[in-house]
Amino acid sequence: MTNAMKLLIVEDDREAAAYVVKAMTEAGHVADHAADGLDGYALAMQSNYDVLVVDRMLPKLDGLSLIGRLRAEGLKTPVLILSALGQVDDRVQGLRAGGDDYLTKPYAFAELLARVEALSRRGGPAAAETVYRIADLELDRLSHTVTRGGQDIPLQPREFRLLEYLMRNAGQVVTRTMLLENVWDYHFDPQTNVIDVHVSRLRSKIDKGFDKQLLHTVRGAGYMIRDGAR
Amino acid sequence: MTALGKLLRTTAFRLALAYLLVFATLSTVVLAYVAWHANALIAGQLNATVDAEITGLAEQYRQGGIRKLVAVVDERSNRSSQGSLYLLTTFQGDVLAGNLQAIPGASLAEAGEREIPYQRVGENEVAPYPAVVRVFVLPGGYRLLVGRDTEERERLSAVIANAVQWSLGLVVVLGLAGGVFVARRVLKRLDAMTETSRTIMAGDLSGRLAVTGSDDEFDRLAQATNAMLDRINELMAGLKEVSDNIAHDLKTPLTRLRNRAEAALRTAHGDDEWQAAMEQIIAESEGMIRIFDALLLIARAESGGARGQIGEVDAAEVARGVAELYEPLAEERGASLTVDAPGSIRVLGNRELIGQVVANLVENALNYGASEGRPGEVTVSASASETDARIVVADRGPGIPAQDRPRAMERFVRLDTSRSRPGSGLGLALAAAVARLHGGTLTLEDNAPGLRAVLSLPRAAHAVLAPAETAKLPAPAAAE
Repeated sequence: MTNAMKLLIVEDDREAAAYVVKAMTEAGHVADHAADGLDGYALAMQSNYDVLVVDRMLPKLDGLSLIGRLRAEGLKTPVLILSALGQVDDRVQGLRAGGDDYLTKPYAFAELLARVEALSRRGGPAAAETVYRIADLELDRLSHTVTRGGQDIPLQPREFRLLEYLMRNAGQVVTRTMLLENVWDYHFDPQTNVIDVHVSRLRSKIDKGFDKQLLHTVRGAGYMIRDGAR
Repeated sequence: MTALGKLLRTTAFRLALAYLLVFATLSTVVLAYVAWHANALIAGQLNATVDAEITGLAEQYRQGGIRKLVAVVDERSNRSSQGSLYLLTTFQGDVLAGNLQAIPGASLAEAGEREIPYQRVGENEVAPYPAVVRVFVLPGGYRLLVGRDTEERERLSAVIANAVQWSLGLVVVLGLAGGVFVARRVLKRLDAMTETSRTIMAGDLSGRLAVTGSDDEFDRLAQATNAMLDRINELMAGLKEVSDNIAHDLKTPLTRLRNRAEAALRTAHGDDEWQAAMEQIIAESEGMIRIFDALLLIARAESGGARGQIGEVDAAEVARGVAELYEPLAEERGASLTVDAPGSIRVLGNRELIGQVVANLVENALNYGASEGRPGEVTVSASASETDARIVVADRGPGIPAQDRPRAMERFVRLDTSRSRPGSGLGLALAAAVARLHGGTLTLEDNAPGLRAVLSLPRAAHAVLAPAETAKLPAPAAAE
């Protein structure tokens, strides 16, 4: 799997926090917990975290103000905001305040994990590369071409963006909502399996007729593209 | 508070008192003015008459001396009984001619004008009358007095004083009576209204204020209040329906969730069965979260809150994007999805919300737009009129009967009464709420056969967003 991340969970509900910390540990990461905004601020400034997970409603210093202070101090650590509030407005507010991603409660842990991992890689080496490679699958971001085993695979523009996003996060779980957000730029939760259909279309183009399957379904979480042999 | 005290404290009575004061003052001023002028007029007439007499007598005196004057005064004294007074005396006060009884010598001592009481010749028993007289001293010590009875003037003054008293009295009495009458009338109607309001406040929302049919301000107030009560009643009914529905729609999945957990506890053996049971439980809870999210979003949209990123949105682009998103799904289901949304139509709005609404409509069309043996045919189109952008999602399925269409846009209303098909019954309600938030409408039309859902949004230049402060009670989201 990926390298272990060091996380800070700022969440006032102890039970929820304990669950997240435990689950993160099980996933191979290290997670600290702060129970209020001021503690969260102190910890975030002291240690070098990969990602901060911040609840919006916190005692002493609310989540958005906490993020604002951290950003004012020049801290660039990616922040994921957790909120029990609604979707549209609040996400915009959260992102404006300096958050990098936004997740509404209640959420599936797999969703949180996938998003946190994606955040930790943001700005990593994959973002700068012009050609993504997984086994014999190659995606050229400049020429917009995809080949597998040297064989050209024609893709629709949207399919290309879908594959591009999956490959940028190769080896990582990518959830359906992350795909809808990043490929289609919509943030709602479709009640039907639209995303699955798109992925299976893409799969039929890149995996069909090849021995090795690259695009995998991760049960209860989403999708992952990886070189199965690894 | 006594009944009288209550009456006296009414606004109507106080107003009546204020008017009473104003009118009393006004009538006093008017009458005083009239009295003063009448007095002045009469005094002027008296003077004029006396002047004329004097001019005449002076002429006679100049022609015939004292002898002639005596004759003329004598003649006039006998002739005029009309209030002219004459007296001619010697230096010693002996009467030479005239119709006055002797008067105090002092009154005749000097020339000039004065007011004196007098008695006519042969009127000893009667009280003296008032008069205005002028006295002249003639050569030889003769005294001539010419005067005029002023009783007329006095009588007029009395009449006017009388009028003042009576009219003031009348004004006060009528004003008070009117004030009491109006106040009692107002009080009676207000008491009736208060009484009705109390019973309504006590919980009987069916009570209504009486409307007398006179169309006065009280009737209009009663009508407006009654209309408000009707609206509240409607809202309460809607609220009750919604909460019943929430109870039903959340309790059903909660029950299933609990049943599954119990069944798993009881019967599940082996990891596979546990896993399957847990996955079902999670799926159920996700369904409930969705319902919550949709309800929250509707509430936010209706209160005008959910307008996060308002900006220019290309409605045609949204239609194309959503159609492209759902096209593979339609194909997988054997349905066709065609899109006809050329160019670009700018509206002012929230792209997320509009996109979600169009997605809801397309999902509806895919879910309900197919009849048995006939695959769905869904079209998504966007067009523009002068003022509006219209995004139309149409299918060729069974459609919705005209009488059910407004209801279909209410929360939790699922025309499929068995509730066996997927869906929360919130999609169209959300669409309608979002349309209203953008100052637009959602209408359901007959596609003969099938359903056409038309989302009309004002174009960018015409957009008027619903004011944020129209925080509505959770209304039954019927098209109004």
